Amino acid sequence: MPTKDMSSKIRVDGVGKSFATEEGKLHVLDSISLEVGDGEIVAIVGPSGCGKSTLMNIIAGFDRPDRGSVSVDGVVQCKPSSRGILISQAGSVFPWLTVQQNLMFGLNGSEHAEKKQLADHYAEMVGLKGFEARYPHELSGGMLKRAELARALVVKPEILYMDEPFSALDALLHLRMRNELLRILEQERHTVLLITHDVEEAIHVANRIIVLSIRPTTIQATFDVPFAHPRKLSSAPVQELRTAILRELGVDSYST
Amino acid sequence: MIAAKRVLPSIAVIALIIGVWWAVVVATASVVFPTPWQVVTGTVELVRDGTLFEHIGASLFRVGVGFGLAVIVGVPLGLWMGWVRGAYVTLNPLFQMLRPISPIAWIPIAILWFGVGNVSPIFLIFLSSVFPMVVQTTAGVHTIEKRYLRAAANFGVSRATLFRQVVIPAVLPQIIVGMRIGLGVAWLVVVAAEMIALRSGLGYLIIDSRNAGNRYDLVIAGMIIIGLIGLLLDGLMRLLEGLKVVRWRYAH
Repeated sequence: MPTKDMSSKIRVDGVGKSFATEEGKLHVLDSISLEVGDGEIVAIVGPSGCGKSTLMNIIAGFDRPDRGSVSVDGVVQCKPSSRGILISQAGSVFPWLTVQQNLMFGLNGSEHAEKKQLADHYAEMVGLKGFEARYPHELSGGMLKRAELARALVVKPEILYMDEPFSALDALLHLRMRNELLRILEQERHTVLLITHDVEEAIHVANRIIVLSIRPTTIQATFDVPFAHPRKLSSAPVQELRTAILRELGVDSYST
Repeated sequence: MIAAKRVLPSIAVIALIIGVWWAVVVATASVVFPTPWQVVTGTVELVRDGTLFEHIGASLFRVGVGFGLAVIVGVPLGLWMGWVRGAYVTLNPLFQMLRPISPIAWIPIAILWFGVGNVSPIFLIFLSSVFPMVVQTTAGVHTIEKRYLRAAANFGVSRATLFRQVVIPAVLPQIIVGMRIGLGVAWLVVVAAEMIALRSGLGYLIIDSRNAGNRYDLVIAGMIIIGLIGLLLDGLMRLLEGLKVVRWRYAH
């Protein structure tokens, strides 16, 4: 992927973060710098506890770094905005609103009928047509994720911040949601920053993969994923890349 | 069949209590304590001369007004204390100190301030139910899951939308819990409040029946009616838990 040709959408510059604990200061992030191009899909993989979510919260504007800065389109990111929507593992579809009300939630200012039309359009896009009047507790886990995705898409965000978005789903649904996401990203252009512990998911979706190391958390390696979609995950080059990434993560069992 | 099986044991217990009660009254040849049948005839007497419904109406009126005021004051106050840290820090210690004081202890002050009309019991009912309302609502705001507030912040909605579509619906189940507790306490308190120098209400009925000729049949009739109406009021509050907008809380 010609990342150098793309204008930089997100720029993370020397970001560091520590938390005060009972045993003293805990350095979670240590001078992280990275760039995400406009329209690029970048995955960040790393072992659990390496501060991936902390990094995501800082990049999306929910948290401030102790050192360094994050800018989006050259403007320093200091608070979250609907230009970049965060989708996290726990999910945040409001349980007290119907699917349609959830989808209309973030649409500020427009006419009610217009909002409704947009909401219905995106409900259909993610395969929730006919479920608009349902409440979240009446939906399955996969449908709930679809609703969350649709609620993010309806405000036409430039960036999707996805923090282990499908990790709570079973393997089959996980795969299906990834395909769904790729299908949507073919129709609509979004810059995507995906955080995952799942190497296969990263290779399936991303143009570029950043591997984080733990203690201190720094960028250990970066891999381009030069395969066209749809990707055949069992092909030899994909498996080779997977092995290389796993080796960076300290898992060697696949190298034999 | 299954429903019958479930209610059968409790009916049996009630029947047993009535049986023992009847037997003891007959065996001791008590002239003051009534038999169950005397309670029934006493109740019929109260229904016939219309006083029963007057008393029930008077009690329900006082509870309605006092409890209504408690909801109107308690919910906004609880939302404010839950949302604004300074308000919580300032007011919570005061409320925690006032809360354990039984509303009954306020009776002398209520009479001093408001006399012996309707205002005193309404004030006492207000006091008894406003604290549970405030406490539950505040706790409700404090326990809103962060992820929902973050999502609201992410979509950059206005403060009005945040309150109308996130905070209030998220707290609503807790508000309903507060209302259930508040109404329960209010019903307890109205009876006590009406025993003090009032001319109507179920509490008055009980104390007046005793004072005017030891009519213990009417005392017990009044007690049973209080119990049944309390059950009914709680049932009404339970209906609120079935509302569509709060069912998410009870769905799992």
